Amino acid sequence: MKKETNPGTINKEKLSLQLYVSGMSPKSLEAIRNINRICAEHLKDAYDLEIIDIYKQPELATEHSVIFSPSLIKHYPLPKKILIGTLKDCDKVMMALGIDIDKTK
Amino acid sequence: MKKLTSFPKTPTGINGLDEITQGGFPKGRPVLVCGSAGCGKTLMAAQFLVKGITEYDEPGVFMSFEETAADLSQNVASLGFDLEKLKKENKLRVDFVRIERSEIEETGEYDLEGLFIRLNHAIDSIGAKRVVLDTIESIFSGIDNLAMVRSEIRRLFGWLKEKGVTAVITGERGESTLTRQGLEEYVSDCVILLDFRVIDQIATRRLRIVKYRGSTHGTNEYPFLIDEEGISVIPITSLQLDYKSPTEFISTGLPALDNLFSGKGIYRGGSTLITGTAGTAKTIIASYFAKGSCARKEKTLYFSFEESPEQLVRNMESIGIDLRPLIKSKLLHIHASRPSLQGLEMHLLVMNKLLAEIKPKTVIVDPISSLVTIGNAFEVRAMLVRLMDTLKMREINSTFTSLTHNGDSQFTDATVDAVSSLADTWIRLTNDQKQGTRDRKLYIVKSRGMGHANSEQNFNITTRGIEFSEGN
Repeated sequence: MKKETNPGTINKEKLSLQLYVSGMSPKSLEAIRNINRICAEHLKDAYDLEIIDIYKQPELATEHSVIFSPSLIKHYPLPKKILIGTLKDCDKVMMALGIDIDKTK
Repeated sequence: MKKLTSFPKTPTGINGLDEITQGGFPKGRPVLVCGSAGCGKTLMAAQFLVKGITEYDEPGVFMSFEETAADLSQNVASLGFDLEKLKKENKLRVDFVRIERSEIEETGEYDLEGLFIRLNHAIDSIGAKRVVLDTIESIFSGIDNLAMVRSEIRRLFGWLKEKGVTAVITGERGESTLTRQGLEEYVSDCVILLDFRVIDQIATRRLRIVKYRGSTHGTNEYPFLIDEEGISVIPITSLQLDYKSPTEFISTGLPALDNLFSGKGIYRGGSTLITGTAGTAKTIIASYFAKGSCARKEKTLYFSFEESPEQLVRNMESIGIDLRPLIKSKLLHIHASRPSLQGLEMHLLVMNKLLAEIKPKTVIVDPISSLVTIGNAFEVRAMLVRLMDTLKMREINSTFTSLTHNGDSQFTDATVDAVSSLADTWIRLTNDQKQGTRDRKLYIVKSRGMGHANSEQNFNITTRGIEFSEGN
């Protein structure tokens, strides 16, 4: 695999993400803050993020089998991952999303 | 004192269960149905929803955590439930919740709000009155934060109550608890336990109401049956000794036999026991009863445990009793099955189902003695008592034959012992060998509430049937 020249971000393929939240609950807001921060810091433009309010689009939650709120679904690249919770555990989130960070930098 | 009112109930649509629960499940409350794998939880839940739609016009939501919507449709199709049709009519929503442990990462605090919203959406979209959660415990296997799930499930049950839907929640049986995750702690209103046991290689399904707050209910274990029409439970022990006693006389089908009773026949709705050793013409007398009943244009149900319908018809033909036209005209229904095919309870259930279906006026069980091969004397007696009570309640004439092993010790035979005290009329047949010829005799041991011949009657079997000898 090609070694990335820009440590701290990935740019092999765009990440396709969906964040399901339930209205403006504190947990939802925290998750939105966290994912925005992680994306801005590590992904630059290499992601598509859609934030979905389950209250407004319950069919989508049904379609993607979402029961936990908040839930971040990584649709692409495979394997599919569902990150449940406020996404505050930054290292775990990045590992699950497959984001390489060069810790030495 | 506060005025007592019985709280509203939701009929389950499950045969017999409404009787045991005196009206059904508590309306607008969660009900827990638990049991080990394969005991019929999902089917019971599905039937509750489907019957709710088809019989009580109450739409329902099925939230499945184990089977996909397609699998579920397929699995319940064997019971004659067409989920796809109900879905198209907007009466049913099936929502499959897939939880894949390997996909999930926990990254902070979360709740089950997604489940609430989905369920709420499904309920509101069709105006559902009934909800099934099958099996919600699957959530526990997907995640680590069990304390959160517990508190959320507690909240969910409270929410379902507020929503006013009657919910059936299924749970897998735990080792020392009713359900693995102790769901019974959260569902305090009604808990039903299903069980599937194999004893002596014969499987029986049983149901028991563990608790039902604020309602009286049957407390026994009730056997239940799953067949092409779904689940039926028979509340067999709710019977009481308060049946009517008709005073009308009916023929036994054999005029010469009628003459041995002072009333020229036997009472309607009575039970008759015919005992005798092998080859004493028990089945023949029983066939006369069948013929007599059909002659009155009354439906007759003949349970044959030893002969196939064809064999019975052929054998009776040889002595001039033609059963064929009676079968053709649907007056006579012969149900033949091996006793060992199923357990006693199942036989009783099948009998009850047929009684409800055919609505016969006369029932013949030939012979009850073969039931001993599948149960001990106590069980057989219990079953026969229940059967006889059921028949009495419905004013059905019943005839039982029983094989005894030798003429002298008739009282030691388990089934005769079981039934003889309950039977209204007892006819004993014997077959003595004297000077190289057979000497057939009929003797009326008892006949309640009427006079009867007190001597043994000699008879012969000819191609014209049974003929009593002159000069008895």
